[in-house]
This record gives sequence, C-alpha cells and structure tokens, in this order.
Amino acid sequence: MWPRLEARPERSRVMVYLTPLVAAALTALAGLVMFGALGYDPVEALYVFFVAPLTTSFGLSELVVKATPLVLCALGLAVGFRGNVWNIGAEGQLILGAIFAGGLALWAGDANAPWLLPAMVVAGMIGGMAWAAIPAFLRTRFHANEILVSLMLTYVAGLLLGYLVHGPWRDPAGFNFPETALFGDSAMLPALIEGTRLHAGALFAIVAVGAVWVLLMHSFIGFQVKVIGLAPRAGGYAGFSQARVVWLGLLCGGGLSGLAGMVEVAGPIGQLHPQISPGYGFTAIIVAFLGRLHPLGILLAGLFMALTYLGGDTLQIEMGLPRAMTGVFQGMILFFLLASDVLIHHRVRFGPRRAPAPAPTSTPEPETGGTA
Amino acid sequence: MRNPAGILTRRALTATVAAGVGLATLASSALVSPARAADDPLKVGFIYVGPVGDFGWSYQHDQGRQAIEAEFGDAVETTYVESVPEGADAERVLNQLAAGGHDLIFATSFGFMNSTIKTARKFPDVMFEHATGYKRADNVATYAARFYEGRYVIGIIAGMMTETNTIGYIASVPIPEVVRGINAFTQGLRSVNPEANVKVIWVNSWYDPGKEREAAETLFAQGADVLTQHTDSPAPVQVAEEKGIYAFGQASDMSQFGPNAHLTAIVDDWHGYYIDRTRAVMDGTWESTDTWGGLDSGMVAISDYNPILPPEVVDAAEDARKAIEAGELHPLAGPLMDQVGQVVVAEGEVPDDAALLSMDWFVQGVLGQVPK
Repeated sequence: MWPRLEARPERSRVMVYLTPLVAAALTALAGLVMFGALGYDPVEALYVFFVAPLTTSFGLSELVVKATPLVLCALGLAVGFRGNVWNIGAEGQLILGAIFAGGLALWAGDANAPWLLPAMVVAGMIGGMAWAAIPAFLRTRFHANEILVSLMLTYVAGLLLGYLVHGPWRDPAGFNFPETALFGDSAMLPALIEGTRLHAGALFAIVAVGAVWVLLMHSFIGFQVKVIGLAPRAGGYAGFSQARVVWLGLLCGGGLSGLAGMVEVAGPIGQLHPQISPGYGFTAIIVAFLGRLHPLGILLAGLFMALTYLGGDTLQIEMGLPRAMTGVFQGMILFFLLASDVLIHHRVRFGPRRAPAPAPTSTPEPETGGTA
Repeated sequence: MRNPAGILTRRALTATVAAGVGLATLASSALVSPARAADDPLKVGFIYVGPVGDFGWSYQHDQGRQAIEAEFGDAVETTYVESVPEGADAERVLNQLAAGGHDLIFATSFGFMNSTIKTARKFPDVMFEHATGYKRADNVATYAARFYEGRYVIGIIAGMMTETNTIGYIASVPIPEVVRGINAFTQGLRSVNPEANVKVIWVNSWYDPGKEREAAETLFAQGADVLTQHTDSPAPVQVAEEKGIYAFGQASDMSQFGPNAHLTAIVDDWHGYYIDRTRAVMDGTWESTDTWGGLDSGMVAISDYNPILPPEVVDAAEDARKAIEAGELHPLAGPLMDQVGQVVVAEGEVPDDAALLSMDWFVQGVLGQVPK
C-alpha cells in the first residue's frame, strides 16, 4: 500500500521542530550515498565534514567566528520576515556597517582610545540602519518594493566600498593595492581566548539573540509584527501600524547587519578591503529560515551553516574533495528542509483512503480571520 | 616562439638532475631535521583564490602543485583548498593547513597577504610563500612573475595584426601590476604601430566570466579588433572567437576556447619555482626571499603561436622575446611619456623595480584613466 499525504486540520507543532532534524538526517543519508558513489569512504567523509571540525578547540573557536556574522544578520532579518518585510539587502547593510566602523577606526589611527570600540559599534549599527532606512522610506512613502530596493542597494554598497578602498581610503604605504591601512590596536575587538581568533563579537551575537527574543516574544511591538505578518488586515483593524512594522523590520535588519560588518572588520579582518564579506548577508536569509525565524533556532542554524563551511574546507584538506561539496551540502539541507516542511501541514497515511471528513460546520475562516 | 621541444628537454634535464639530488637530499634531510622521519613525506599546502578549473591564475598554480607531486613522488604530499575568499576565511584555512602538519604553504593571491603574515607569526616552523605581495617575514617569502615582459611581446603581435588600430584591454583592478602590464603592452604595440591605441575597461574582479564577456563585447562594439586581458577567465577569448577578431590567453594557453582567435598566451609557469622551493625545504636551505622572475627564468612563457600568424609577425615577437630574455631590451625603457606627453622616463634610462612596483600612471597610447 502506497503512503499518501493527508492534510492536517492545523499545523503540527511537533513537526515544526522535528523537520529540521529530519532534513539533517536526510542530508546525511544523501551524503553517504553521494560519497559512496564518488568512491570515497562515506562514513569517514561524513565524519570529516560534520564532526572533525568540532573536535579541536581551534575548530570550535573558528566555528563561532564564522557563525557570528551569520547569526547577527539572520536575527535582524527575522524581525522583518515575521512581519512580511522582505529585506534582502543585509549584505549591503553589513558593508555599510563595516564602512562606518572602519572609517572611524582609520580616522582614529594608532591613537590609544578606549572609547573607540564602543563608538565603532554604534557607527556600524548606524551605517547599516541608514542603508536600510532607504528601502523603509521608499516602501512606506511610495510603496516601492523593499525586496528590489534593498537588493539593489547591496550592489551600490559594494561599489561604494570599492571606491573608498581604491581611492580616498587607500593605504598610502600599500603600493596602490585596494585596501586600507591596518586598524590600530584599540580598534580591534579583544580576543576571548588567547591564541584563537574568537573575539568579543561573539558576545554581541549572544546578546542580540536575547534582545531579539524579548522583542519578538515578549513585547507588544513584537506581537504587532506577528499579527501584521500573519494577517495584515486584522492588524489594521486592531489599529496596528503597518508602516511601523516596516520601519522596525528594516531598521533591526540594518542595525544588526551593520553590527555584523563592524564585527568582521574589527575582528578577524582588521582593515577594509573589497572582499570583507563572502556573502554573509545572503547566507543569513537561509539561516533565518532554517532557524524558523526564532532567535534560538537562528543561533543553532547559524552554527550549523558555519559548520558546513568549515567541514567543506576540512574535506578539501583531508580528502581532496572539491569545494563544490560545501555548496552541495548547503543546497541539500535547504532542499530537504523545504521538502519535509510538507509534514507540518500534512501527515503521512498508510492504508485505504477514508471518506472525506465532513465539512466544518462553521463558515470557512475569512483570510483576515486571525485569532488576534 | 618558445620551442616546446626546448621546454621538454629542459624539464627532462631538471627531472634527471632532481632525481639524483632528490635522493641525496632525502638522505641528508633525514639527518639534519630530526623532526621529520625519513619516510614521512613533506607536506605542501596551497590555497587558491579561484576554482582550480578557472583555466587561468589558479589553474596554473595547481599545475605547479602537480609538478611538485610529479617531481618528488612519495616524498611529498600536497593539499589544496580552492576558492578561498580573501576576507576572514583565508586565515582560518591557512591556520588549518599549518596546524595540520604542512611544512610549506603557498598562498597564491595578493589578498592573502595579511592573513599569511598573521598565520606565519603563530607557526614559526612552517614556511610560507606568498604570491605577488610585498610583506615578508623570517618564514614568509614572496614571489611574483614579470608578466609585463610577456605583455610587451604580445603588444608587438597586436600592433601588427590590428586593422582598426584599436586594441581592447580587459583589466581587473587598478593595482600597479595591472597598470604596468597595460603600459608594457602599449609600449610593445606602439613600437611597431605608433598609430594604435589601447582602450581599457576595468571589471574590478579577477575572475568574473560574465563581466569579462560584457567588457569584451563593449570593446568590440567600440571598434577593437584585438582583445587582451588581465583577468582570469577564458570569456574574452570566446567573445573574440564569436566576433571573428583576435585575442590572447591569460596565465594559461586558452587556445581551446578560441582556436582561430587565440594568437598566443602569456603563460605563468610556476613549475620550476615550486619545485626549487620544495627542494629547499627538504634540504633545510629554505630562506625568506623575494623572487621576481621574468621570461629568462621561465616563470613567464609565451605559448605556441597560432599558425595563422604571418611569419614576419612571429619573427618580430621572437626577436623581442629573445632580446628581453638576454637583457638587451627592457619593455619599459625610456623614453616613456605619460598621457599628456610629459617625459617620465628619459631616453636611455630604465625604471628601477621600485618605480615598476608603484606604477600608477598610463603611458601615451592608452585611452582612459587609472581610477584613483
């Protein structure tokens, strides 16, 4: 008897938390098959990919370093996504944060200034928020689509950074190479563990998880975001302002992405150059959805995504597999997650088809009929 | 033309000598470096900025890696990590290679410079080789090739083959190396055809087939009938083939992408350098050095000429190549005039390496500006 899908009367709460694990298990299984087909020892390859990076203190510290910008960006994006505000431009906001914070660091030079790091944090967040304010303004004032505006501003941000490091901010002692001078010591985030690259930026991410959790789960504005996201008209009847949710979503996304940019340049990089982010702002979109737009979920998803990058490197070094493996694994995770999401709204049934359930006695809920 | 048989003979000779020396060094290295057992292979790691399949820059470095394997066999073990972003990730990968027991690590892109210096500080017993950079340390050597010598030679070919007197130049980023290449090309071009001009388009990337293709098409539309490039993908050669105009390969022989269009290529040949440096580590004679090899060292080579080239063109190119190899001709010898006709290098003078390494102005015959 073939299994078949049957619609659930309401979405399964268990499955919401279970499907990411199902997706991970299916990815591992598909990985086994793929490595086997390529002629590698599948168990060893999976071990090298998912476990080996976690067995050394170096690997663990690097995992956190890699996850920090992903988690920061994804947290900010989740605030918007919950309210149907589609900020796709976290990458550009991250770059602006890096430019603002980096500009301050360059201006301060080698000065020994204890105020510099806090000022860079603020500058980075302002930079990101300023960049996100453009789509927020255009959306609320002119109904311009924030997906397109925020996405296209990403390219503008990249060109702006390119202009600065090729031109006015170029290191005078750098043989005209497109990069700024290295930041002074007081512009660098302190290491949390000596001898590793684990820096104080990781603490920002932890604090941000708590802050976004309070905002989304325990504040009135968070409730408004949720209502507007689920049922905009119901929110409207309740007197919630859609514009406010748009501004909140974009400013949170911009601010935290800008902070991520600051963390990158003041942490592992230590200068501005054209390549400060290998696409964190875009990967963060995947992280946000993998984490179910929930702060704790995003933390776990960010760490998991970081692991796929580290595992990809380790796979190249230990087994000589191509880098494409990283992309294949990330793609499979997303594919299996989206595919298994069907289980949230459906259940698998075996056996003969039952008679269709009697139609509900009440009239079907109108689109706006949320439980708000 | 560099006689392919000549290369073969030279290689074969090196190989024979190396086999003898290799055996001797193996024996001696076992004595001098007790850290490594005699049967323990020397581990050599590589990080590439692009995919090994770019058929340009990273591909040629990988050819060099394979040459090490071919040369030393079981006495070495090589590893590579491809497409490493030039941001925060490079340091992690370098760290991982160094911590994983690699004795010699080649970082093959300028953007890895600061990451290499930082990692080298942590691993004083590991030898690092950084391509095209200018920062050295006790365990960090730098190396680069005088590609501009090859560019002068292909400039001569372009000058004799063009009918529109317009040459299209697809340039990556405005660092001195690229500017120098454009100038050397233009000097070669104008030495045979004083009427010809070079149009430059910057794509601000080392490897972006889409942008390179677009730039090539734009240059064609502006009347260019010969293209040359300082970017790594074969896209411009493909465009030239489609449009029925000429092009030159970059970094490796790209004739398979445009059998009619591809006149010749400037090839980066890292084999000799990589084998020498590996042997130096085995011998315990490795020192931090700064190598800048040209046509005479074999680090830069001109690939096979397309048979459609008239014999007088091949002769002119060969004469120039031999003169440069013999040290009789300097591609950037005076008189060098800037774009407004001011003499920068007087007749009979030759710019020194410091002037070459910081070149940020165009010679006469180049249309367009160096972005500042």
